[in-house]
Amino acid sequence: MTYSLIHRTKKFLHLLLGACLLVTMLPALAQFRVEVSGVGMTQLPIAVAAFRGDDSAPQKMGAIVQADLERSGQFRGLDASGPVMDELSRPELSLWRQKGADSLVTGSVTRLADGRYDVRFRLWDVARGQDLGGQSYAVVAGDLRQSAHHIADFVYEKLTGEKGVFSTRIAYVTKVAQRFNLWVADSDGENAQSALTSPEPIISPAWSPNGAQLAYVSFESRKPVVYAHDVATGKRRLLANFRGSNSAPAWSPDGRSLAVTLSLAGGSQLYVIDTAGSGAPRRLAQSANIDTEPAYAPDGRSIYFVSDRGGSPQIYRMAASGGNPERVTFTGGYNISPALSPDGRWLAYISRVNGAFKLHVMELASGTTNAITDTGADESPSFAPNSKLIVYATQTQGRETLMTTTVDGKIKARLAGQGGDIREPDWGPFQK
Amino acid sequence: MKRILLAMALVALLAGCGSAVKLDDVAVEDKSGTPITGQGSGAAGNAPGNSGQVANSAIAPVDLSKSGSAAANPSGARIVYFDYDSFVIKPEFQDVIEAQARFIKADKNRKISIEGHTDDRGGREYNLALGQKRSEAVRRALGLLGVPDGQLEAVSFGKEKPAVQGNDEAAMAQNRRAEISYR
Repeated sequence: MTYSLIHRTKKFLHLLLGACLLVTMLPALAQFRVEVSGVGMTQLPIAVAAFRGDDSAPQKMGAIVQADLERSGQFRGLDASGPVMDELSRPELSLWRQKGADSLVTGSVTRLADGRYDVRFRLWDVARGQDLGGQSYAVVAGDLRQSAHHIADFVYEKLTGEKGVFSTRIAYVTKVAQRFNLWVADSDGENAQSALTSPEPIISPAWSPNGAQLAYVSFESRKPVVYAHDVATGKRRLLANFRGSNSAPAWSPDGRSLAVTLSLAGGSQLYVIDTAGSGAPRRLAQSANIDTEPAYAPDGRSIYFVSDRGGSPQIYRMAASGGNPERVTFTGGYNISPALSPDGRWLAYISRVNGAFKLHVMELASGTTNAITDTGADESPSFAPNSKLIVYATQTQGRETLMTTTVDGKIKARLAGQGGDIREPDWGPFQK
Repeated sequence: MKRILLAMALVALLAGCGSAVKLDDVAVEDKSGTPITGQGSGAAGNAPGNSGQVANSAIAPVDLSKSGSAAANPSGARIVYFDYDSFVIKPEFQDVIEAQARFIKADKNRKISIEGHTDDRGGREYNLALGQKRSEAVRRALGLLGVPDGQLEAVSFGKEKPAVQGNDEAAMAQNRRAEISYR
């Protein structure tokens, strides 16, 4: 046998093995695609038992809850295999203490006569031997994942004292061949539903503060135009369709105004328009250079934006009514895409470092800045509504993907999603 | 004129697309869940469930695939290429600008869109602004040759519509461009 033949045979075997693995792994992948990397300092060890009924339900509730908690960076999931348990079981807590668990989640999912599902769970404090409560939900199959996320939120809030974001939604854009799709997905990237399909690009989706609408830039009329899109009904309306380019929509925290980049007077400049759709755009700043990517501070009083007025793109801040901008970023020659954490503590942005585009986080009070990824094509950061996680787009193995990271960069997870290139994420607000 | 009518028809069609999708009777419900009381008793609270069969998280999809329009462009070079990080029209493209200026001026009804593009390095919105600088450079050059500004619109596609795929310098050079497009 020649070397090349051996090589080829080996390659074939690898392929075959790969194919077999792929086939056997598919059902698991469809349910559980969180790839968490990195180690946090303090993670609460938790066991989430498979829910009774998970085998026959359309969703594996226990696995979704566990994946949510792990992605937050605050929890370490433990092996919870063993005898079937549900919310009525009285678990042998000493056994779970031996396994190293601080907490335990048990539950059930049962199909009701009307076709809906009854979901119940209970959270146990293993260390103290306490029942921390539980809830029940009756939902249609399409909302089972949502229920699992509500359960994860309950657990997260009980154990960390902070609100969970698992039941919130993320919008993102995919490009497959020459087709662009705007999706609304669960916070783990799963359960994606198409809000808009277009043969032309869609960029910069931005959730309205109440989570009902998305503003975005669509090129469907051979130029960038800003739309507002009610996701529940599919109703769309033009927000900015002025002469030239219309882009970079940013809602004010009260939802009444939209900061936007327009070129109607020549050059990309910042304006504010009324989201109710009345009145002329009001210019926020004057420069002979590029001003774009506005982002409101959470108190609505100031706007961060990108400008190359100093010779290279940098992030500036000015009053929301306009006025004299002050420079915010000073390190590096290319700093773009500012995103503010809802608690006002952090500024996330993209900085070019040695030709690589990297996600940075600045603590606004101290100015301390850290690069928090090891990838080189990061884009479009957006904070979770509890300010604890950031979703961003990047490239891994030549593919555009979405990642979440903790603010310190220690825990990252790749989000599931459709095939093709995934980009332009925007994390939605807390659901009412 | 025909083209304008067609465009209006398309807009009307589009508007139709936008409002046609509507879910009827989406049940509004409280998803906060009901606390289970009495540990291990099995007496779980009655959840205010979703009475309809439509998932609460349902999204109504909109498809724009059938609303695309193809512009008819005259023959001849219509593309101006730019150096990296530059918005200066190089002397070798002056012929392109002059030929297009003559053609546009010949008919006051011609509406021209100048579409600026960038290579794929950097952020999408910032590249959109960079592409705008390129399209406006071409708009100014046409203006200097007497083309009325009312016939011109400078827009940008940023890095969203590369002419060629690939990230070597040859590909990127072909993507840094402004295209003169007849509407």
